[in-house]
Amino acid sequence: MRKYSVFAVAREALRGHKGWGPHWASPEPRKEYDAIIIGGGGHGLGAAYYLAKEHGITNVAVLEKGWIGGGNTGRNTTIIRSNYLYEESMDIYEHSLKLWENLSHDLNYNVMYSPRGVMMLSHNIHDQQSFKRHINANRLYGIDNEWLTPEQAKAYCPPLDIAKTARYPINGAALQRRGGTARHDAVAWGYARAASDRGVHIIQNCEVTGIRRDETGRVVGVDTNRGYIGAKKVGISAAGHTSVLMQMADVRVPLQSQPLQALVSEPLKPIFPCVVMSNSVHAYISQSDKGEFVIGAGTDQYNSYSQTGGLQIITHTLDAICELFPMFRRVKMMRQWGGIVDVTQDRSPIQGVTPVPGLFLNAGWGTGGFKATPGSAHLFAHLIAKGEPHRLAAGLTLERFRTGRLIDEAAAAAVAH
Amino acid sequence: MLLIYCPYCEEERSELEFRGAGDAHIARPENIADITDEEFEEYFFLRQNPKGLIFERWRHIHGCGRFFNAARDTVSDRFYTTYKAGEPKPDVSDILQSEQNKGAAK
Repeated sequence: MRKYSVFAVAREALRGHKGWGPHWASPEPRKEYDAIIIGGGGHGLGAAYYLAKEHGITNVAVLEKGWIGGGNTGRNTTIIRSNYLYEESMDIYEHSLKLWENLSHDLNYNVMYSPRGVMMLSHNIHDQQSFKRHINANRLYGIDNEWLTPEQAKAYCPPLDIAKTARYPINGAALQRRGGTARHDAVAWGYARAASDRGVHIIQNCEVTGIRRDETGRVVGVDTNRGYIGAKKVGISAAGHTSVLMQMADVRVPLQSQPLQALVSEPLKPIFPCVVMSNSVHAYISQSDKGEFVIGAGTDQYNSYSQTGGLQIITHTLDAICELFPMFRRVKMMRQWGGIVDVTQDRSPIQGVTPVPGLFLNAGWGTGGFKATPGSAHLFAHLIAKGEPHRLAAGLTLERFRTGRLIDEAAAAAVAH
Repeated sequence: MLLIYCPYCEEERSELEFRGAGDAHIARPENIADITDEEFEEYFFLRQNPKGLIFERWRHIHGCGRFFNAARDTVSDRFYTTYKAGEPKPDVSDILQSEQNKGAAK
């Protein structure tokens, strides 16, 4: 792999940029791999990368039904934060945040991680109590999160309307300064390039149609539209299509697939310095480096695989944005899209072994999987390599829905799902 | 936005009047205190989450307020039919057959 550096850019500038090759190789699938990961999003590609880098397992294939960066990795609103309430959540999201901080260097690929701060608006006394509980829990656990008065919030994010007469008055905000954004496509491409460089096969347009097991029930490989591919270990990291894949292995999972929408505005000059979220009125907004406002809306109320969603969901979010930031009222929206998220009942992810030996699951990241990409991938690689979960992911098991040991971020979440 | 036919009001109304209420035809165990953890998980948490035909409950919350069931396709989001609570599950092959015939007629 050609190392990217300022010298490489200068050299290519002089040669008319004709020397840049493809980021990753596109080999024909082998007959057998040590491990297969189904799903070429950030989580799956990252897991393959860490399998190769940290566990020395390089005979790995990532099977992607579509194209790299075409799924939820390229459809989210790129928000990164770790200020969750429960220790299981804080463990994994903080692990992830620490990896984000050095990811561009690690991958030799600029993922444009920008710790510009994630500010959550509090609109009423319930928000305030909940946020302060989060802040205290986070700080006790060594995670930064602080309370701002409305005036401090306005100073941090000047477009904010803090008038007492506002439709959604603000009585404070929680700010995680290390939170921020990253370039989502670059995360997928960077992991793909770095994994490919270490010998991982990235196979696009390869849809898994069956999961084969031997007479003892152990995984032996997968059927795909490009033929049978053998592997003793198979990891599923397929977001909205997890239920469909798990059914191929006759395992039912506590997941519901729902559309989640996002939209971007026309590009404007830099004016919005941070990420702002409001749970009560359900709106997220940040400004990308291209100048577009990136806005996240809520999930639809029904199960769907349609990668679209109801118009009323995004108009509801835009109504809220226009009230919170009156100066954006004349901004035009440019594109809207949906992704299919797999949501668990406790709104916490599932990462662990399954009833099928050799089959590993990474799912249920719901509406918040992007921020977890490096951490989830790192721990999923550990799970696949060792056959048992890493300490930091030990609570995220599939069994918790039987034992009742839920991680109830549904009640505690920063966003009303 | 979906248009949903309420079988009680006998009218097609906008999704805004309705609240989705999850999978249909899930019977609460009558001996809920005695069942095992596995059975409770099965009843309470595990779902089919199909890609294709789904049977689900809706409530016409800003209308008649009543629960009813629907058969819908989760890829096209199109409703095949809605029917009153307590009525038996419509025959899947009938639904898919009639859909195919519609497709052929076009």
